[in-house]
Amino acid sequence: MWAFIHKLGSPKWFYAISARLQPWFWAAAALLLLVGSVWGLAFAPADYQQGNSFRIIYVHVPAAFLAQSIFVSMALAGLVFMVWKIKVADMAAAMMAPLGAAMTFIALFSGAVWGVPTWGTWWMWDARLTSMLILLFLYFGVIALRGAFASRDSASRAASVLAMVGVINIPIIKYSVDWWYTLHQPATFTVTSRPTMPVEMWLPLLIMVLGFYSFFIALTLMRTRSEILRRESTKRWVRDLAAEER
Amino acid sequence: MTPKRKQKLFVILGLVSLAAIAVGLTLYALRSNINLFFSPVQIAAGEAPFERQIRAGGMVKEGSVSRNRDSLDVEFTVTDYVDDLRVHYSGILPDLFREGQGVVVVGELQRDGWLRADQVLARHDENYMPPEVAQALEEAGYSPADYQAKAAEVGKRLDAQGDGASQN
Repeated sequence: MWAFIHKLGSPKWFYAISARLQPWFWAAAALLLLVGSVWGLAFAPADYQQGNSFRIIYVHVPAAFLAQSIFVSMALAGLVFMVWKIKVADMAAAMMAPLGAAMTFIALFSGAVWGVPTWGTWWMWDARLTSMLILLFLYFGVIALRGAFASRDSASRAASVLAMVGVINIPIIKYSVDWWYTLHQPATFTVTSRPTMPVEMWLPLLIMVLGFYSFFIALTLMRTRSEILRRESTKRWVRDLAAEER
Repeated sequence: MTPKRKQKLFVILGLVSLAAIAVGLTLYALRSNINLFFSPVQIAAGEAPFERQIRAGGMVKEGSVSRNRDSLDVEFTVTDYVDDLRVHYSGILPDLFREGQGVVVVGELQRDGWLRADQVLARHDENYMPPEVAQALEEAGYSPADYQAKAAEVGKRLDAQGDGASQN
C-alpha cells in the first residue's frame, strides 16, 4: 500500500497508473450520470408539496457535495505538497480548482432557481447560502493566487496555504443549518441515519452523487496527466514518450 | 518522516487551528446576527426591535389563516409551539404556504405585538415524499407536516406493511 502511494508521488508512475484507471472512471461517470439523470428527471415520483420542481435536487445536491469535497481534496493535496514536497499533489490541486468553482456555481445557481418557486425568493443572506458564496470566493482566490506569482513555487505554496486555511469554511457550510436559524432546510443525506425519503427518490440521487464523483476523479486524472506532461516537458521520460508517439 | 517535515506539519496544523479558533470565536460573537430570523419566543421576550425591519420565522399555526375575500390581505399566526406571533400581510403568498408549513416573514414589529409583513417566504423540510405516500400518511391519521417528528415511527410502520414506499 505505502509502496503504491510512493509510486503515485512520482510523475512518471502517476502518468502510467492514471492511464489505466482513467477509462474506468470515465465509463462509470457516463453510465451513472445517464442512469441517474433519466431516472431522477423522468421516472422518480414528484414531491407531494413541490411537484416537479423537487427534481432540481438531482443536480443541486451532487453539485453541492462535490463543491465541498473538491475543496477538502485540494486542501489535503496542498498539505501533502507543503510537507512532503510531492509535486504531483500540487498539480492535481491546481487542476481541481476550476471544477470546484464550477460545481459551487452550479449548486448556488440551481439553488436560486429552486428557491423561486418553493421559498418565494432566489437569494437570502442566511448562513448556508452565504457560507456557500464564501466558498465560491475562496475558489476564485485559490485560482487567482496561482496566476498572481511569477515563480510557480511561490504560487503553489500560497494557493496551498489558502486552501488549507479555507477548509475551515467546510464544517461551517455543513453545520450552518443546525447551528443557526436558516431558510435552507437541514441536510437530506446524512451518514448516520437513513434518508427520510422513499427509496425510489433517494436511489437516483445516490446514483447521481456517485456519477458526479466519478466524473470529478476522471477529469482530475485527465487534467493532471496533461499538466504532468506540460511541467515535465524537459524530462527525459517525457521526451522519450513524445519520440515514441511520433 | 524527517524532523524538518514533522516541524512543517505542526506549523501548518497550528496555523490552521489558530485560524479555526479565530473564525469560531467570531461566529460565536455574531451568533445572534447570523440567525436569519427571530423565533416567536424571542419576540415575546422582547429581543426584537419595534418598527424596524426584522425577520420572524416559525410554523403557520393550524386553523389560524384568515383571508379577506375582496383583497389580497391575509392574517395568520406564526408559532414555535411556545409563543405565537400574529402576522398581517397583503400580497401573493408562495406556493408552499399553508397551515403547518414553516415560513419566514419579513416586516416590522408593531408596538401592540403583531407584525406587518412585507414579504412571506416558505420554508420546507428535508422530508420529500411522493404524493401517494403523503396521502397514505393522511389516511393513517398523520398530517404530512408532522412527518418530521414521526419520521422514524411512520417509516417503521410502512416497512412493516411492506408498502412500496418502504425505506431500507
